[in-house]
Amino acid sequence: MAKFLVRRLAYLGVLVVAATVIAYLLAATQLNPRSRYEGRNPPPPEASVDAILEELNLNDKTPVVERFGRWVSGVARGDLGRTVEGGSVNEEVGRRMWVSLRLLLLGALLGSCLGVAGGAYSAIKQYRLPDYALTLFAFLILSTPVVVLAVLYKNAGIGLNNLLGFTLLYTTGEITPGLDSGSWEGLTDRLQHLVLPTLVLMSVSIAFYSRYQRSAMLDVLGSDFLRTAQAKGLRRSQALVKHGLRTALIPMATFFAYQFALLFVGATFTEKIFGWHGMGEFFVDSITKNDVNAVAGVTLFVAVLVLIAGFLSDVIYATLDPRVRV
Amino acid sequence: MDTADRRSVDPVVLPDPAAGLDVAPAVSRGRLVARRFVRRRLALLGLTVLTLLFALAYLSPFVTPWQYNELDTNAFLSPPSATHWFGTTQTGFDMFALTMRGLQKSLIIGLLGAVMSTALAALVGAFSGYFGGALNTILLTIVDLLLVLPAFLIIAILSPLFRDHTWIVFVFLLAAFQWMITARIVRGLTLSLKEREFVKAARFMGVPGWRIILRHILPNMASFLIIDATVNVSALILAEVGLSFFGFGVQPPDVSLGTLIGDHAGAALAYPWQFYFPSGFLVLLILSINLVGDGLRDALDPNAPVRSG
Repeated sequence: MAKFLVRRLAYLGVLVVAATVIAYLLAATQLNPRSRYEGRNPPPPEASVDAILEELNLNDKTPVVERFGRWVSGVARGDLGRTVEGGSVNEEVGRRMWVSLRLLLLGALLGSCLGVAGGAYSAIKQYRLPDYALTLFAFLILSTPVVVLAVLYKNAGIGLNNLLGFTLLYTTGEITPGLDSGSWEGLTDRLQHLVLPTLVLMSVSIAFYSRYQRSAMLDVLGSDFLRTAQAKGLRRSQALVKHGLRTALIPMATFFAYQFALLFVGATFTEKIFGWHGMGEFFVDSITKNDVNAVAGVTLFVAVLVLIAGFLSDVIYATLDPRVRV
Repeated sequence: MDTADRRSVDPVVLPDPAAGLDVAPAVSRGRLVARRFVRRRLALLGLTVLTLLFALAYLSPFVTPWQYNELDTNAFLSPPSATHWFGTTQTGFDMFALTMRGLQKSLIIGLLGAVMSTALAALVGAFSGYFGGALNTILLTIVDLLLVLPAFLIIAILSPLFRDHTWIVFVFLLAAFQWMITARIVRGLTLSLKEREFVKAARFMGVPGWRIILRHILPNMASFLIIDATVNVSALILAEVGLSFFGFGVQPPDVSLGTLIGDHAGAALAYPWQFYFPSGFLVLLILSINLVGDGLRDALDPNAPVRSG
């Protein structure tokens, strides 16, 4: 078991490195950091632009191989390079990471748990009111792009605030500027900012998981082992949770890894619309600003997330399925 | 009731859902699938809405007074009216014409991309499953690598490539990041089909591998591939919307539902018609595709429980 996990982890690690390198090379050849200085009035002298770009390791006159070499030697020392503005990518990633992770983890955890519970309940109540209600909800959410969903939630929040006459749910940013985040007030303020974006991500996860969990649970409900469990004296609810849910959870573990990558893209839209300065925003801005090093940094972050999710899904799979003894 | 009697009854209105199955040997598989599909009312509704949307998107430009690239300099930001059914934008474009144009783009991108990605997935999955060995290892590593690479980022970086060219490149890129999971499933299906007698028989008769794949293996998972292509249509339309929202997808002066939503998301409160009409059509489109996909799954899957819909 341990050997299997270590080998798996090593393989995933190689994939992360490959993905980051590919992203860097693509960005370095396709993006043009020089455009930042073009069209300025008066035009800055070419020599000084060259000097600035050279210092940031972004000069397109230096061969890609040489820039790549410098970038790699930096990354090997744990330095992801500098942004086009001259800041450190490490610092940006370090600060923004937590903003995004807060959204992602809450959305993914709450969403997957509620989704699994909802899907299982839906299967037990097949073709009755709760099942129809949840199916309708899931169908509507899965048919709505996250961008539209986020805008709808935001406008609903603004409508609610207008209705109440005071601001219950904030729709921009993660904290009111100037508030001390350590204080009690700061904490409630953060919470008021957090509700709507988390709800967006949660809705998507709930819709996604409940559909799959419902069909997985339906497969299990008719099985012989569940009847046997009841025959040996378990109550129906006990049998359902202990034997039914556990078996039906196994295919979900595989979806977990895949869903996490999708969730990050969803978080990008959510952050952009709710004005959070997280990784998602960094991700979009790095491309519009032709920020080569930032692109590679973001790719590394996403790839590591997918790796952790993939690894977790392997572990969950192995724990849940007694047949997996590697 | 004997079999002859049953066939004289219109199969669509058969009261007993299981009856359709009993007649199965007498009808072709295509008719059976069509019959099962039609019995699902929601799926039929989805198909009807989808057909209507198609007709609306492609036929309405011939009857509306305004085209998507025409400016009405007398109407800036006007709410929906008799002349401009969905209102106008800040610069005087007709929102209805824009939405229809966007719908056309979304439909064509979704359909083309889905066909491309399912075809790619089928080929890669079948070849890697059938031949195994080094080819299998290489293809599976590519699949894993593409799963780890953030597709959104790569397509966005490459967006200058199709900025001045045709949007076909964009569709191809979207498809290139959509096929991996399907390829894995196809590989699994191939591994089990490979051991079946008819495939073995073909192999022992000396039929080359690529022909066995095209003649025997892929046709035997046709149901799965059709369902997958349907799912991909909506996935690709949603991916297009996301990329176009940030300006990395369809480029102006052309429009898609994604660019329309992106351009007008900020105005959703002040000028709701600019945001809600394209968004509404998008949701309707995806919803009907998903309903059709669900109906197809039930109709094509021989193990699916038949229920009166």
